[in-house]
Amino acid sequence: MTFLYELRKHGALFVMALPALILLVLFNYMPMFGVILAFKNYNFYDGILGSPWVGFDNFKYLFKGDAWLITRNTLLYNLVFIVIGLILSVALAIILDEIRSRFLSKTYQTILIMPYFLSWTIVALIFYAFLSADKGIVNQLLSYMGFHPINFYTDMTYWPYILIFVFFWKSVGYNSIIYLASVTGISPDYYEAATIDGANKWQQIRYITLPCLRPIIIIMTILSIGKIFYADFGLFYQVTYNSGALYPVTQVIDTYVYNGLVTMGNYGMTAAAGLYQSFVGFVLVILTNWIVKKVDRDSALF
Amino acid sequence: MEHTSNRFNQLPRSWNMVFHTLLTVLAVICIIPIILVYAISFTSEASLSAKGYQFWPSQWSLDAYRYIFRNGEQIVQSAYVTIGVTAMGTLFSLIVTSLFAYVLSRRDFRYRNIMAFLLFFTMLFNGGLVPSYIVNTNVLHLADTFWILILPYSLSAFNVIILRTFMQQSIETAILEAARIDGAGEWYIFGRIVLPLSKPGLATVGLFTLVTYWNDWFLGQLYITNPKLVSLQYMLMKLQSNIDFVTNNATSATNNMLLAQIPAEGARMAILVIVLTPILCAYPFFQKYFVKGLTIGGIKG
Repeated sequence: MTFLYELRKHGALFVMALPALILLVLFNYMPMFGVILAFKNYNFYDGILGSPWVGFDNFKYLFKGDAWLITRNTLLYNLVFIVIGLILSVALAIILDEIRSRFLSKTYQTILIMPYFLSWTIVALIFYAFLSADKGIVNQLLSYMGFHPINFYTDMTYWPYILIFVFFWKSVGYNSIIYLASVTGISPDYYEAATIDGANKWQQIRYITLPCLRPIIIIMTILSIGKIFYADFGLFYQVTYNSGALYPVTQVIDTYVYNGLVTMGNYGMTAAAGLYQSFVGFVLVILTNWIVKKVDRDSALF
Repeated sequence: MEHTSNRFNQLPRSWNMVFHTLLTVLAVICIIPIILVYAISFTSEASLSAKGYQFWPSQWSLDAYRYIFRNGEQIVQSAYVTIGVTAMGTLFSLIVTSLFAYVLSRRDFRYRNIMAFLLFFTMLFNGGLVPSYIVNTNVLHLADTFWILILPYSLSAFNVIILRTFMQQSIETAILEAARIDGAGEWYIFGRIVLPLSKPGLATVGLFTLVTYWNDWFLGQLYITNPKLVSLQYMLMKLQSNIDFVTNNATSATNNMLLAQIPAEGARMAILVIVLTPILCAYPFFQKYFVKGLTIGGIKG
């Protein structure tokens, strides 16, 4: 009855929400039921429901193979991205806020955020101009200085560093703007009071700015921990040009699933890898949020 | 951004200099690679093959651009696809997102929480690539259609939450209340009051959406085989992989059509410049709203 009453009273609101709800069902909730594929030996003719059940066979196959490698790569890269990214972005935000010239601060912001708006296809091609074996800038420099050129796209030695650099090149400006937006929201009264009490600039940053940033830092970190099992597909697929020689240090869960789907057509196992990723990511968000809740109720995400 | 820096206790002059130097170095690192691409696109083929990529070409040339405009049927077609998808997609997405955000911002709506949960849950858990792929191709039959390039990105939980928070925090409930007493319907309130007041939020979310559509190659790569629906980004990516690595499905119709007109090195960079420039030019127009929209947008409601 309440539903009918609400429907009459707020009919327009239901209509307004309808397109979004339809999209959610079609593109988010229907695929969620598709996770049963992970427990099936999928074939095109029998479809999702008709294909035979195989229990945990897909997972057994996955964990016998590359699960350890792709999990390690995904986790280690993301840990570096989260920890160093947090330090870099917060530091950059504070610096952008502290420098005296407003105009220059704006100019720096505009330039630093630019790479964020480039697609991974473009970023890959831009870095190709530096790393290409015969024409690349880096190899030109190396041979100018008398070293042997390096064939970057088949030599995996340097890729952990390259990927970390490219990631920060693209994202650090954008992330620092998110923190900067919070820094600028801090009331000037705090700083005024601190100055009167004789606090210097560093003490103000330590005891006012950083504590005020705590809630947004915690929220951003919970969200990234929830994504720790998800790699940035474009970074690992495009920038490396999906070069097989680099897989030991560049293959992550997302590229593995994609390559599995496209080249092997092994739906069951790739669905299993995808479910493994979603499930562990889900548990991690809940867990992190639970810990945050224990420590500081107000900062929790939900 | 007005009263950002407190004037009571400015940074010491020496540190100010250190920070400026640091920021200048970072800015140069960010912009140098982009400049290199522009330089390569204006370099002649001869000097590319003789000297490799250079920041200051030893021989300038417009050949790359001439080549594109002469042999560019696929490029023109792809530009239509990209522009069409970006325009339609951004518009559609903004309509759906703002409508839903408004519904979720209404505290007096009984079903607000359950709808918010349905949305939020998609941020925590998803079916993964394979089930989505099968649903989109075998159930919804969207492969090789215009809509597959638009629909999957049209509703982002993050964008709805940013906009919902913006509406809650910057629009006085009293205004909406007054309009209701004057007899305004929901649609009138939404169109005439809520939307105009949400401009910074809409601009922020709109920019994110626009960039997502403009930059997408992933949907194309997964679902598109018809050359008429290949976007600029996807084309660029195919060109690159065709030149440097032998792709494993070189027999497909798309690849053949593209292989037939692979431009030379410089032309590839010229295409990149054509794809890149609009985004770089669009951003400064949004920047005014951008920081403001992000400031207020948080996760919690």
